[in-house]
Amino acid sequence: MHTLLKFITCGSVDDGKSTLIGHMLYDAKLLFADQEKALELDSQIGSAGGAMDYSLLLDGLMAEREQGITIDVAYRYFTTDARSFIVADTPGHEEYTRNMAVGASFADLAVILADAGKGILAQTKRHTRICALMGIRHFVFAVNKMDLVEYSQECFLEIQNDIRILTKEFDCDSIALIPVSASCGDNITRRSARMPWYPGMPLLAYLENIDISREPEGTGFTMPVQRVCRPDRNFRGFQGQIESGAVSVGDAVTVLPSTETAKVTGILQGNQPVETSSAGHAVTISLDTEIDISRGCVLQKDNQLFVSQTFTVTLLWMDNSGLTAGKSYLIKTGTQRIPCTVLHIHHKVDTGTGQEVPAKEIIKNEIACCDLMTNTEIVFDTFLHNKALGSFILIDRVTHMTAACGTITHSLAQDNSHLTWQNTDITRTFRENLLGQKACTIWFTGLSGSGKSTLANALEKYLAGVNKHTMLLDGDNIRMGLNRNLGFGESDRIENIRRVAEVAKLLNDAGLIVLTSFISPFAADRRRAKKIIGEGFFEVYVSTPLEECIRRDVKGLYADAKSGRIEDFTGLGSPYEVPEHADLTIDTTGKTIDECVQTLVQKLNL
Amino acid sequence: MTHLEKLEAEAVYIMREVAAECEKPVMLYSVGKDSSVMLHLALKAFYPEKPPFPFLHVNTTWKFKEMISFRDETAEKYGIQMLEYINEEGLRQGINPFDHGSAYTDIMKTQALKQALDLYGFTAAFGGGRRDEEKSRAKERIFSFRNPNHAWDPKNQRPEMWKLYNTEINKGESIRVFPISNWTESDIWQYIRQEHIDIVPLYFAAMRPVVERDGNLIMVDDDRMRLLPGETPVMKKVRFRTLGCYPLSGGIESDADTIDAVIEETLSAVSSERTSRIIDSDGGSASMEKRKREGYF
Repeated sequence: MHTLLKFITCGSVDDGKSTLIGHMLYDAKLLFADQEKALELDSQIGSAGGAMDYSLLLDGLMAEREQGITIDVAYRYFTTDARSFIVADTPGHEEYTRNMAVGASFADLAVILADAGKGILAQTKRHTRICALMGIRHFVFAVNKMDLVEYSQECFLEIQNDIRILTKEFDCDSIALIPVSASCGDNITRRSARMPWYPGMPLLAYLENIDISREPEGTGFTMPVQRVCRPDRNFRGFQGQIESGAVSVGDAVTVLPSTETAKVTGILQGNQPVETSSAGHAVTISLDTEIDISRGCVLQKDNQLFVSQTFTVTLLWMDNSGLTAGKSYLIKTGTQRIPCTVLHIHHKVDTGTGQEVPAKEIIKNEIACCDLMTNTEIVFDTFLHNKALGSFILIDRVTHMTAACGTITHSLAQDNSHLTWQNTDITRTFRENLLGQKACTIWFTGLSGSGKSTLANALEKYLAGVNKHTMLLDGDNIRMGLNRNLGFGESDRIENIRRVAEVAKLLNDAGLIVLTSFISPFAADRRRAKKIIGEGFFEVYVSTPLEECIRRDVKGLYADAKSGRIEDFTGLGSPYEVPEHADLTIDTTGKTIDECVQTLVQKLNL
Repeated sequence: MTHLEKLEAEAVYIMREVAAECEKPVMLYSVGKDSSVMLHLALKAFYPEKPPFPFLHVNTTWKFKEMISFRDETAEKYGIQMLEYINEEGLRQGINPFDHGSAYTDIMKTQALKQALDLYGFTAAFGGGRRDEEKSRAKERIFSFRNPNHAWDPKNQRPEMWKLYNTEINKGESIRVFPISNWTESDIWQYIRQEHIDIVPLYFAAMRPVVERDGNLIMVDDDRMRLLPGETPVMKKVRFRTLGCYPLSGGIESDADTIDAVIEETLSAVSSERTSRIIDSDGGSASMEKRKREGYF
């Protein structure tokens, strides 16, 4: 059975990438007779003016043939006596960099073309850098158009020197330089007599012989769960592709993020039961205990994977609209797909020089280093360790376009392993008994002007009247004190709610009834608050309609928002996500405050 | 892992991703050998569960008789849900491959497919397209997005990185998914042999009544076949490299009546697969891209 080499061709526009592959297929007699005939016919009417135009074999889109350029990746499949190949021919124009990156993410080796007359251009460097980012570790630099510099060795050596400097910073497994002429066929399939000074193999022979197998890194078994297979009550299996290591029947595996363990009772490879399976195989795994496992969980054994919400990444920005800190996207890594926020942009990378440049905004085709925070904990690894659990894409939540791709470089989770929870003798229950009440948190949410603060205030007065011990946390008040260092961007908004929830929990532990009054427009934020506060959390949705809130406009904020003095105001520029399972929904329109308080007291058993 | 094992694992992964993330998937079933391979992969991917989506055959009413009986037997054998869709309006208007040329393909295949997808509201449709078949297919992503008119925008394809497939769509949009994009014709045949996959007998050489027309051998599958003056059906030992509507599928003379003989012949072929399917060369070298822009699979 043949081994397979997946490679890409890249380099600056007009360096002859498509021509190179076309000529290779033609010379190696890898074209079908009818394809060859079509090529000869097409060449007569194409942009090369009658001469054989090998690029026509690859530039398959109408727009590409009209303009004589490559817009998107083309995949070609060929087999020689020595090896099977899949080649992704990628576009050279800077505008289509993201399509080039698509090809790079697919390949094990990159053939990077450079024009002998022009040397290493900014685009050559950019492509080399993107290849390295996407995980390519084998490089061939084909110095093309040697015919136009009279096959000069001097010229070649000069470029060789530049390439040495360029590749120094990358972690490569192999680098080769080959002088070629794609249009004349020198050193493509046969050694060129016109460059006797070049001692190495022609390109095709090099590609047939290069060893790309990497030593296994001793990583343990990992399998992100794609889906749960449950055809009937007797069978429950977890389907996915093994990304690293091996697993056998009888092995104890850990499920992340829950860290529960179970024993493997069966492995199916397709429809065949097997005792052992290893990296690359698509399997269905059954376990001995009924633990909670769903899509996005990772089954693993003997790894140090991260389970956290924050990490540092290197990403390639691909969207037409730029990236700024605070923006929210969907992140997909492994089989997990959840909302995340770009916390901080460290810097962008000058793709020409590799230098780190400070940046507030990242635009299309730029590489940047950023910190990301996911809405809940996810399972990941560094890209260097585990390609599948260390790579990710960001998806725009409105247009659904893939806005960025990148790799995780390290986790930002604090190491909590040296901290130990200290149990104290005086417990929450003890304090509650002293006060003669049950502690809880009543979380008021709703639009600005809906009556949250008024209601919370009135309810607290009522509770004080019946000798209950309370504390009211109000949005504006907290922002003037504890949270004065937070702004209104997405990451600060999340932190604002987190701190309030932690404070509410402390006050509950002190035995107090806590009333909070925050717009808290996003369901995810409220979910997190509920998770932190735990026992005794009541969500009260103050559902006064927007028109009524605007009519009241107690603080004059709606007027400011309408005139543009406030951007992204909840209800106008920014959405309010209505709670789906509020413990109580209360519309204050046309009701007295007393009526509302009575409803609260009855419904919440206060 | 062997080359075929890798291709199989990739296709299985893609099918499971779609089943897990897409709202309402369907698998297009054309009865051809690539469809047989797709069905086989789907049975493996979800085993011991049945594939969690229906199969859809867009019938132009001009398919080989043997294709229809094979389709029905296959659905029965594996207990899968097989939907059939025919463009009844086209049928009433008497649209046929003899009189209507490319309009026939448009109405009975492209429009019929769009109607079927809209009728059931499928958001993702698996197809057995391969990148080695044709130049514009070579450019297409595995997850290929269609606007509400089912049109493909080749100049603005979504980036597709590693195996992190982005399946998010806006209302009205849909996805065509090609899990065997990276397979070649040779891979398909090797896999059929390795896995003992059943295919329509038309792929194997047998004596069949044919007429020669524009260098193609067209089988006279029923009495709707219109013969030109001077044409008389003759019995020849032929087989088909691709199957579609019988008046549009060119057979080749061959003695290959076993899977090994077919593979032997295929590997030494001098003509690429789609030249015997007349549909692709009708309209110049960019005709497939044009049809895909209009919603053809």
